[in-house]
Amino acid sequence: MSANTYSFRPYNVGRLVLWSLFAIVLLVAPKLFTSSLSMTMLTQMGIAVIVCLSYNMLLGQGGMLSFGHAVYSGLGAFAAIHTLNKVGAGEWGVPVALIPIVGGLAGLLVAVLLGAVSTKKSGNTFAMITLGVGELVWSMSLMLPEFFGGEGGVSSNRVVGTPALGITFGPQIQVYYLIAVYCFVCTVLMFAFTQTPLGRMLNAVRDNPERVEFIGYDTQRVRYFAFMIAGFFAGIAGGLYAVNFEIVTAEVVGAQRSGAYLLFTFLGGSLFFFGPIIGAVLLVLASVLLSELTKAWLLYLGLVFLLMVMYAPGGIASLLMMNVRVAAYGMLRRLWTSYLALAGTALTVLVAVAVIVEMIYHIKLNEALGPQMSFAGVMLDTRGTDAWVGAMLLLATGVGLFEVSRRQFVRHWGQVQGDIEAEIQRREGL
Amino acid sequence: MSKTPSNGLALELRDVRKSFGKTEIIRGSNLAVKAGERVALIGPNGAGKSTLFNLISGRMAPSSGEIVLHGEAIHGMKPYEINRRGLARSFQVSNLFPRLSVFENIRCAVLWSMGERYAFWRFLSNLNEVNRRAEEVLDMIRMRRKRDTNVTNLTYAEQRAVEVGVTIAGGSNVILLDEPTAGMSKSETANFVKMIRDVTEGKTLLTVEHDMGVVFGLADRIAVLVYGEVIAFDTPENVRNNDRVKEAYLGSVLAENQRAEAQAAEAAGA
Repeated sequence: MSANTYSFRPYNVGRLVLWSLFAIVLLVAPKLFTSSLSMTMLTQMGIAVIVCLSYNMLLGQGGMLSFGHAVYSGLGAFAAIHTLNKVGAGEWGVPVALIPIVGGLAGLLVAVLLGAVSTKKSGNTFAMITLGVGELVWSMSLMLPEFFGGEGGVSSNRVVGTPALGITFGPQIQVYYLIAVYCFVCTVLMFAFTQTPLGRMLNAVRDNPERVEFIGYDTQRVRYFAFMIAGFFAGIAGGLYAVNFEIVTAEVVGAQRSGAYLLFTFLGGSLFFFGPIIGAVLLVLASVLLSELTKAWLLYLGLVFLLMVMYAPGGIASLLMMNVRVAAYGMLRRLWTSYLALAGTALTVLVAVAVIVEMIYHIKLNEALGPQMSFAGVMLDTRGTDAWVGAMLLLATGVGLFEVSRRQFVRHWGQVQGDIEAEIQRREGL
Repeated sequence: MSKTPSNGLALELRDVRKSFGKTEIIRGSNLAVKAGERVALIGPNGAGKSTLFNLISGRMAPSSGEIVLHGEAIHGMKPYEINRRGLARSFQVSNLFPRLSVFENIRCAVLWSMGERYAFWRFLSNLNEVNRRAEEVLDMIRMRRKRDTNVTNLTYAEQRAVEVGVTIAGGSNVILLDEPTAGMSKSETANFVKMIRDVTEGKTLLTVEHDMGVVFGLADRIAVLVYGEVIAFDTPENVRNNDRVKEAYLGSVLAENQRAEAQAAEAAGA
């Protein structure tokens, strides 16, 4: 995979178009999805985009596997909510629109302190230290209820201070646009970072820390600076979280939150800058929609993650880019029948697995409601053998057909890749 | 970047020793390399050539002794501190940034020497000096055609060229090359040696080399390392005629060649 061949182009039209599209999407999204549920999801997506991109600064660009990124976003959120309360009490005069910056500075400060320890080492040791630091902060949240608010968390009211230009941040739509502006600016800044000397040396440190030391750079410094910048952006996301929810509980610094950032950044694709944006959208879709739809959502998530790690370690972004490459050589239409077969059989497997999982969950959790269960409008009897045998047969058929179409797809894919290589050779020869 | 001291020495080793546990690998090596000189370091396998390189470049610290670069003691310093003082090294096994292109590999090696350090407030594309230097190095190592190719997709010889490029890109004036031509074909080697000559013009070069053709063609002086000691350090002619060297190293190499030839002749006769 020639994923990361960065090229030097002073003026890039394609890039300009993409950024404009991103801005337009942020601008019109609440006009297209107007329900209060979609409003909730859109605001959360904006926040998640910032935090996942900041996480990928470590994971994808720096090769640092952190298990404690929620520490920086979480403590940023706490700093922001306390500031909000101070503003509400008339003690401090920070405009609400700048509260996320307070979160960012808090995230930066925490990263300056904890990063000095964490970034001393790389690789496994770094991962272990972040895990330890995460646990440390989590246990502190239980010991210091004055700051972390104990069980109930810290709540606040974002409609405080003197509104500028009539914007009170009372209505959700105003908060959405605040988040959208932060999301856009932070994304631009984080992309810009990848084009700077420090950003490139971070890639070098990821690829080969040893050699970096022999071209004049202190790898610890490179990691430390990147860690601080990532902490800053994570803190901004935390600040937006505080403004959006008006309540912050201790679980925002917890390991589960850190795990979610890792999982979805990986799922979206850590090799490409835009991968974590996809991951962030999925994070919100899964935790809001999927969790509404089924109690077994974490199980499905685990399965997806497992399959992704095994078969597409580059995440969705790299799957996308591999197909963009095929399309660029005009060969995508040769693959569409294979894709259709793959999608059809995968759907069959998915339905069969879902029926089985849902029936098990029904027996274990909803016994009291009787053996009858509705699955996508179909009534299933979880006590009878019919449903089980049917599901098993469907699964077996699905898996069998999927394997057949997968092999066919692999063959076609290989042919197309071979033809692309030949085409490249031909063009080089000209 | 650095001044040559009054004695005209770029690099000096004074009774350098290095032990791993109880085994002493480098046993009191002395070497004085003049500024602008090309020195080849030869010796049998296990003589400690790579260890000596690791000591000089800061990958390891010597157990005792002094290493002096341009009149300044550098032993015990970190590799990046030594590099910033004007010494760069290459590796025996290509040691590049695998997910970056040829150009990006070279540019990374240019950044520090151009004073960019840890800057995150300037765009790489706007660093004209840096980019010009990187392009220049690209031409010097004759890799312009593969400028945007990922280094993992290069041939072995091309990777070796980038290895040299990354080493010289920072403008260091003392260059250490660890077996730059190892594993190359005869014709590749000839071109490569010419390239090394060009890119190290006016610099101090210390190179480990097994190919005696390359050694005698490239070096102004040859240092012979046997069992962690420099047993000879002289012009190629004198080293060739040195009895101790013949006995300890060259002799065995020649004898090996003669035996192989005799066997080949026997096989052909039979």
